[in-house]
Amino acid sequence: MPGSGGEPMIAVIVARIVQMLFVMLGISVVVFLIFFATPGADPSARIAGRNATQETLAAVRKDFGLDRPMPVQYVLLMKRLFVTGDLTSFANRGQRVIPQIMDAAPITLALVLGAAVLWVVGALVLGVVAAASRDTLLDRGLMGLALIGVSMPVFWFGEVMNLLSQSRMHDTIFFSWVPSLGYKPLSDGFAPWFKTLVIPWFTLAVLYIGFYARVLRANLVETYHEDFIRTARAKGLGPLRIMLRHALRPSLIPFVTMFGLDFGALVGGAALLTEVVFGLNGIGRLTYVALQSLDLPVILATVIYASFFVVAANALVDIAYAALDPRVRSGR
Amino acid sequence: MSGGALSEALAHPETSAADGDLGASLAGSPAGPWRRAFRRLRRDRAALGAGIVLLVILVASLAAPLYASLVSRTDPFRSNLSGKIMIDGKRTPIMQPSTEGRGLGVTPIGPTWRGSYFLGADAQGRDVAARLLHGGRNSLLIAGSATAICLILAAIIGTTAGFLGGGVDMVLSRILDVLWAFPVYLLAISLSIVLISKPIIIGPITIGSGSLILPIVIIGLVYAPYVARPVRGQVLALRNSEFVLASIGLGMPTWRILMRDILPNVSTTLIVYIPLMMALNITTESALSFLSVGVQPPDASWGTIILDGQGLLYTRPAVSLAPGVAIVITVLALNLLGDSVRDALDPRAGLRR
Repeated sequence: MPGSGGEPMIAVIVARIVQMLFVMLGISVVVFLIFFATPGADPSARIAGRNATQETLAAVRKDFGLDRPMPVQYVLLMKRLFVTGDLTSFANRGQRVIPQIMDAAPITLALVLGAAVLWVVGALVLGVVAAASRDTLLDRGLMGLALIGVSMPVFWFGEVMNLLSQSRMHDTIFFSWVPSLGYKPLSDGFAPWFKTLVIPWFTLAVLYIGFYARVLRANLVETYHEDFIRTARAKGLGPLRIMLRHALRPSLIPFVTMFGLDFGALVGGAALLTEVVFGLNGIGRLTYVALQSLDLPVILATVIYASFFVVAANALVDIAYAALDPRVRSGR
Repeated sequence: MSGGALSEALAHPETSAADGDLGASLAGSPAGPWRRAFRRLRRDRAALGAGIVLLVILVASLAAPLYASLVSRTDPFRSNLSGKIMIDGKRTPIMQPSTEGRGLGVTPIGPTWRGSYFLGADAQGRDVAARLLHGGRNSLLIAGSATAICLILAAIIGTTAGFLGGGVDMVLSRILDVLWAFPVYLLAISLSIVLISKPIIIGPITIGSGSLILPIVIIGLVYAPYVARPVRGQVLALRNSEFVLASIGLGMPTWRILMRDILPNVSTTLIVYIPLMMALNITTESALSFLSVGVQPPDASWGTIILDGQGLLYTRPAVSLAPGVAIVITVLALNLLGDSVRDALDPRAGLRR
């Protein structure tokens, strides 16, 4: 946009929130259509789960208002998800869905937060070292490792870690401290909680360390061609200072954007595979268990809650950006 | 995998491709951009190595029926719990008495490193090596077809939105926004769980629940927004560039502008995405199959074999390890190839050195 000095912050926030609400509406409609309006089976049969009796089917039809028009069904569903919170599972005999999600959320958060710390630190170190030693054997080796990290399916890597830490090398000093699979709440003490999460954290972080280190290295190498780096060199600054104070800071911008997106996506379901492999009862494993028993109301609820979280997280990142960088405000 | 990481990885090419094309093109008649890119790619040892590895994997997967009938002489799809095979002149049962715990139950035979049951058997007594090759066929077929669907969809949506602009762009962009914000695995799981439970009948076509079409379409669909967005941006910029405005000013018909001016520019973007989307789709397919919403048994894919091996992880790890290694090698080669293709097609890659 030419010549604007940037919109006022409040306008940016309002616009972004409106967009967020629109996307949330869109997602809820898409999910509703997937579960209630795809061709094939009758939605009541899907919701009731395997081998449902005629009575259950009738109960589902009444419960979800399936004999009423589509828009009414949609509003009814949203009301039960967000207002009354009394969505019930039929495959699991009347268990309330929303409290299950609320119980699972802290576990997912613990997993993703710890992994995030690991992957940010790991990627910073790897990226900076590789860029500083670029085109040497060390750089090639590190980037090769990063590429392998990016190429491993996370659930398979998790199984390999389990194989080593639970079975093959469990009796060695490396892994003798590893507890059996599953989550221990923080209320049981810090040490058991920490021990159960170390290997899941590492597993989840490896993929992201690879990605972020590669991107950071590429950005750093590109930044080194900028004029201000040449100026800094000409001023006689040391290489460490140039790297950390001058090159790293502008190179971190895409890093931060990616972090916001990926963190949201992980909390919102992308950590599912890690949770399944390590038996952590977070939102992902809740979805997985529901998948095995064809418990559709649970899947429906986790999908909507998780994607709303992602959308809100993305909006927050954008707003934080606009607050930090005036160029973003005028660029809109 | 992550949307943020994907889009960033593409937006920030690494500076590796070395080329001395500038001198060459000054000497003779200038080579076209395609030929130049191909020449650079051919000189890139990493790309060459990755290409050979991928070719070997592809040929091996295609030869799966030959392997099953000539080398292993086992049926990769039929369970064989009471079968016996000859090892060192001895008839050895495929399902052996368990050595774990109290010795109850049976454990499938481990890797024999011979023709039949090279990598051992799974819990149903099926030859893992034969299933691995068959699974590779399905994994590659699904990833390849899903990539094609994804790119075609993205090209159509992105070009339409970017070129027509206005209300059409508004509507399409908002739809992309919604799909893009959707966590990929959750969208794929929702679609799979609904579609896989019962066969779908659309007019005369019946798509069974075991059909590979389902994972192909689902994977192709969920990633389309990731490619459609950059395509739209590129077309939008092209639409307002001087050479397109000149064509419009000369009264060229729209289809001609699209075919001659827009498409050649967009196609390089799409080609850069091919190996990267393939890599992403192989991982996604394996994840969905691992969650039992991808390829359905008794059919195999690398993901389903990892799932089969999960229960045998501590006793017969080869069942899970082998398909995982296959995935890592394939995806690694695709990523390497992707980097090289991107550098080869990027005219600025040489300058950034």
